[in-house]
Amino acid sequence: MKRALIFGNVAAYTVLGIGGATMLVPLVWMVATSLKDPSAAMSFPPEFLPRIHETWRNPTNGELLPLFWCDVDGRRAKVARLRIFKGAAVVRVLEPPDLARRTLTVPLTREGPHGAVETLRPAKRLYFRWANYPEAWHAIQLERPWMAFRIGRWECPGIHIRDGFLAFYLNSLIVTVIVTLGQLFTSSLAAFAFARLRFPGRDGIFLGYLATIMVPHVVTMIPVFVLLRWLRMIDTYWAMILPLMFSAYGTFLLRQFFLSVPQDLEDAARLDGCGPWDVYRRVILPLSRPALAALGTFVFLGTWNQFMWPLIVMNSTEKMPLMLGLYSFMGQYSAEWHYLMAASVMVMGPVILVFLIGQRYFVQGVVLSGMKG
Amino acid sequence: MHDDQVRKEQPTIPSMAGGTRPRSKALRQWAAAYGFLLPNLVGFLVFTLVPVIAAMLLSFVRWDAISPWRQAQWVGLSNYVEILGFHRDPTTGALLPNDDRFWYYLYNTVYLMLGIPIGMALSLVTALLLNRPMRGVVLFRTVFFIPTVCSAVAVAVLWRWIYQPDYGLLNEALRLAGIENTPNWLGDPAWAKPALILMGLWVGVGGYNCVLYLAGLQNIPEEMYEAARLDGAGWWARLRHVTWPLLAPTTFFILVTSIISGFQGFFVSIHIMTAGGPAGSTTTLLYHIYQTAFVYHEMGRASALAMILFAIVLVLTLLNWRYGREAAQVMF
Repeated sequence: MKRALIFGNVAAYTVLGIGGATMLVPLVWMVATSLKDPSAAMSFPPEFLPRIHETWRNPTNGELLPLFWCDVDGRRAKVARLRIFKGAAVVRVLEPPDLARRTLTVPLTREGPHGAVETLRPAKRLYFRWANYPEAWHAIQLERPWMAFRIGRWECPGIHIRDGFLAFYLNSLIVTVIVTLGQLFTSSLAAFAFARLRFPGRDGIFLGYLATIMVPHVVTMIPVFVLLRWLRMIDTYWAMILPLMFSAYGTFLLRQFFLSVPQDLEDAARLDGCGPWDVYRRVILPLSRPALAALGTFVFLGTWNQFMWPLIVMNSTEKMPLMLGLYSFMGQYSAEWHYLMAASVMVMGPVILVFLIGQRYFVQGVVLSGMKG
Repeated sequence: MHDDQVRKEQPTIPSMAGGTRPRSKALRQWAAAYGFLLPNLVGFLVFTLVPVIAAMLLSFVRWDAISPWRQAQWVGLSNYVEILGFHRDPTTGALLPNDDRFWYYLYNTVYLMLGIPIGMALSLVTALLLNRPMRGVVLFRTVFFIPTVCSAVAVAVLWRWIYQPDYGLLNEALRLAGIENTPNWLGDPAWAKPALILMGLWVGVGGYNCVLYLAGLQNIPEEMYEAARLDGAGWWARLRHVTWPLLAPTTFFILVTSIISGFQGFFVSIHIMTAGGPAGSTTTLLYHIYQTAFVYHEMGRASALAMILFAIVLVLTLLNWRYGREAAQVMF
């Protein structure tokens, strides 16, 4: 019995270890690439770690020479290649100390057990190119001011933000916070009406809400796009915010939760002279914190990560949310993988960090909304 | 069920049941209720209900969205006929689809769903392992869940790099394993779909489905296993006859929601990694709708396509409601 348990645990750890490594390796590869020198990112065969070819400056003439490993008298020596001459290389030995300062001529290839092999093997060292991050951050430069808009005659001149990614972050933050708070507010109000108040047409309207939950988003996208264009809201923050502020799903989720709040509490409040607003504000909302938090987490994450809708309605670089910004960055630097990975880390990093801090909360939210939804 | 219980317990407070002027009181209550409902209801009408109806109407229209609305033409069902209909080849007499791309894109959509059963099986195995009372299991749960919270756009950029034929991680791993003819993942019509599925598995295995399975496993009472042990059941018998049947509702829920969302998924990875190519081999129905509407500006045709997608999802949902519970009991 005990032996079976130990065996089982060992097997479980093995499988989980392999699985966990599979989950992490792409992410580590992303970080590793983000720190690579361009030469290392595009070296063939590719290497996992960010390494560069070591160099040595010749003190006599100031020339920068590549370093190699080479066998000298049966020992591994680090040599600088001075020049290549008729299939042979002239090298100067640097290490080990007792062989140093000797200048030799070695053939470029020699016969090994499996055919010809290179005599000189590149000497590489770890090199983290941190500059990839600021360079990617500054890569997109905005020409127009950020947050310049007009309401009627009043004109907001905006702020001059140069770095694209800063504007992308701010845009995402603004849109996501407004959408999350707005959706929580409107959904909880409506959910309260559906769950706790009686009025004619309640069940009919609620059925209408339910029926539209399964309508694919793409069905409403086209008419909403046409509507927003008619309202001249395309390429404005409104286009990203307004259609997402009202959610039938959120209303449904909160209604289910509000129904589970005991009626006695509400009756007691009513006897104390509370109107519906007080009941909503002081009884239902405080008791529904877990549900509100779960819905809030989901709306926040969903809005932060949304891509398709901003892609459709946004054009101006200075108004793009982060995901769209990363996409347009990819369009400009499609082959510069060290920059692309640095940008990806900058986009992914904060989300992963928030998740690691609040994960217990988050996973509970999944179960709550998954089971009830 | 829950709703009914509460509805029966509706307010029995004297002041509400019968006041001095019941009618005006009731009116006030209704007004208050609609006050609560209004913000959401207006948004719901403007951004959901009216657009759904508008989409239905648009699907009978030919309109490019650039020219003014009065130039839209009412074409009746011809958008649908062009997409779904068949015609006879005049020379051979063979029955051919009017739009063979549509059927190909539908096939792509279904093909990409092959990842669902594989992913569910892997999620279940992961959940079973993560449910063991071992040290460090919480750490593994976190690690497995990380890809799910990563932004899909960044994940797609990362996997584009992993699938890069020469410098990418995957092909280098294959070369180290001794495979010479490494595929050009995203550039080869034969490999692009499996590549998307593989990426989807990486994202999804430890994600929501795994958490749902874990919750399901934790709801199985320990006594069940003890009883099975007393009957001499080994681990396989316990898995087969206790865990699996008791997880059936979870499995069914995951399966149905995955299929329904499968018709609407993969947009981000397709747009970033392949843009629907090569040769349309990763264009799904959803991506086709996006391109038709917002790249080619054929709003009517795109709406018709969207309605067809809607119909598919609707049928699946109704089947789920009608047969869901019974199927879950019979199947497992």
